[in-house]
Amino acid sequence: MAEIELRHINKHFGPDHVIRDVSLTVKDREFVVFLGPSGCGKTTTLRAIAGLEEIDEGDILLDGRPIQGLRAADRDIAFVFQNYALYPHFTVYENLAFPLRAVGTARDALDSTVRSVGKSLGITHLLNARPSALSGGDMQRVAIGRALVRRPKALLLDEPIGSLDAKLRETMRVELKRLHFENGSTSIYVTHDQVEAMSLADRIVVMNDGVLQQVGTPTEVYLYPANLFVAQFIGSPVMNIASATIRSDGGQASVTLDDASFDMPADLLGMLDKKRAAPALSLGVRPEGVLVSHTDQPGYRPAEVHLIQPYGGFDIVDLRFGSKTLRARTSSGYVDRIGARVFARIAPSQTHFFDTQSGASLDLRLGD
Amino acid sequence: MAVVSSRGQRLSNRVAIAAILVITLVFLAPIYWIGSTAFKPRSLATTSPPTIVYQPEISPMVKLFTKRVQLKPNEKVDYDNAPWWERMIFDGGERISRTGKGAIQLSGYPDRFINSLIVAVTSTLLAVGMGTITAYGFSRFRVKGEADWLFFILSTRMLPPIVVAIPMFLMYRAAGLNDSHVGLILLYTAFNVSFAVWLMKGFIDEIPKEYEEAALVDGYTRLQAFWKIVLPEAATGIAATAVFCFITAWNEYAFALILTNKKAQTAPPFIPSQIGSGLPDWTVIAAGTVLFLLPVAIFTFLLRNHLLRGMSFGAIRK
Repeated sequence: MAEIELRHINKHFGPDHVIRDVSLTVKDREFVVFLGPSGCGKTTTLRAIAGLEEIDEGDILLDGRPIQGLRAADRDIAFVFQNYALYPHFTVYENLAFPLRAVGTARDALDSTVRSVGKSLGITHLLNARPSALSGGDMQRVAIGRALVRRPKALLLDEPIGSLDAKLRETMRVELKRLHFENGSTSIYVTHDQVEAMSLADRIVVMNDGVLQQVGTPTEVYLYPANLFVAQFIGSPVMNIASATIRSDGGQASVTLDDASFDMPADLLGMLDKKRAAPALSLGVRPEGVLVSHTDQPGYRPAEVHLIQPYGGFDIVDLRFGSKTLRARTSSGYVDRIGARVFARIAPSQTHFFDTQSGASLDLRLGD
Repeated sequence: MAVVSSRGQRLSNRVAIAAILVITLVFLAPIYWIGSTAFKPRSLATTSPPTIVYQPEISPMVKLFTKRVQLKPNEKVDYDNAPWWERMIFDGGERISRTGKGAIQLSGYPDRFINSLIVAVTSTLLAVGMGTITAYGFSRFRVKGEADWLFFILSTRMLPPIVVAIPMFLMYRAAGLNDSHVGLILLYTAFNVSFAVWLMKGFIDEIPKEYEEAALVDGYTRLQAFWKIVLPEAATGIAATAVFCFITAWNEYAFALILTNKKAQTAPPFIPSQIGSGLPDWTVIAAGTVLFLLPVAIFTFLLRNHLLRGMSFGAIRK
């Protein structure tokens, strides 16, 4: 098995700088997900690791050995394509056997390997079918089987379930997790779907504009976004972001968003001082950090219900504090009428402060 | 409602079938004429109105392949001991010319037919082969000035060929390529290669590059990926391109007429040259034409499945 290391990778497509100084280590048996909007360079990075794209600068190491000069065929890395790329003129069996034939595997070994991979993916009954006769899910199983059949050092997957329908995606997600659990090969998985990323990844790598934004476990990335981009990209519905002014009122701190003001713990002031925070700050709070009540309680501010979106298990409610709108998450049916008056506050433990200029998080961790 | 519409549908189906039958008959009429003339006795070939019903005979085919001379008024032939096909020639007032040793002399047709096959097959293989490789390069790699190159390749077909006939003739004479197989193969390949590049580029563009990339990461070199993955996938396009190139080379008349006269002469300029002196024997010309039509028909028939797929290729966006 294998460890993949990227050192200061740079890549241009003509005038476009598509990978900017990316450095990353993927540990042995780790499942890393590259997450980002389309065109952020995640697929290009993956293709560079596979040897399908050349890089302009930097090193790609597999088990400490630079491989950027090697042909794709010599890297011992398997790749699963978004459109599966099953060879249409071969049967499923031949598709699975193709990588083994490249290295001249003996016929008996080849046959038993193909059959055992087919069995572990549940496609034994399809071995004589042509790819065009398969369903999307089965095509994907064959594509993954073709990648695993050679027992590669690392497995790269480029949006492998992106073109399946929602229900099948969920099934395949579970199957992928099981496969990784059983085979444990070092895997890099590219997607723009944060649900896939959160549910599959040991670690998520968030990319934008060719730059690594944050590397961390799904929980870290969700709870402690490193900057405004990650904060807004991860999480659905999206995090509330507003420019904030911090005031101190006789030992009590408060944060003002336009004309809505909320209480904050007093130690916020000291923390900001210590971080030498820039004057322009942005506050971010996820909808579940906006607490709603029907009764006026200390620290709660009056608000008007502007919009209710039922999500089934919960509702997302747009609240108006004067001219400022915040999105809150409530139990379903908690607020049942648009225009209703409710009271709300921001949970300090769930607030994030960002430098508006650079977008970087100040990483303040407040208590409630 | 359903009954009415299905009755209407049935009626329109019948009208469509009738129309197709009529059109097919119109298109097949000349082919029937040439085909029937190839099996008529000479006396029936030029009757007016044309003879539709007759006793078909093989004599035009025998005449096509043999060299014959007119019987002199009092010439005696060994009619009783001659084989059946030679008797037909005697019946027509001719005899087959023989060498001093008595061997039958063949007409020029078989050699011309073989020349046609050599030239058309070789130039088709060359044009399709070079066209496929070139198209693959243009399709898969970033080529500097790609659009200009492709336009240049296309531009070789912009001049009507006959415009360059005289310069070609002079150049070929100077280069010693007159009346040679190599000369014709070279010319037809040059005609067809630009066409093949453009046609094949369209087909190869349609093959997702992920197939090859999959082969590359599966442990194959680019050349192996080309052979094992791209070529089988491009089979449809190759078949369609080959048929078009073969038809062009097989039917080419003008340059064959100008650049060849004997050794490398192909069938198209040979067949009408038989009209020659005296009254033309239309049955022999028809026989030569019918045989000449066969290779293209057979070739197209063999590739029909690929061709049908080729017609709809790229029509479906995945």
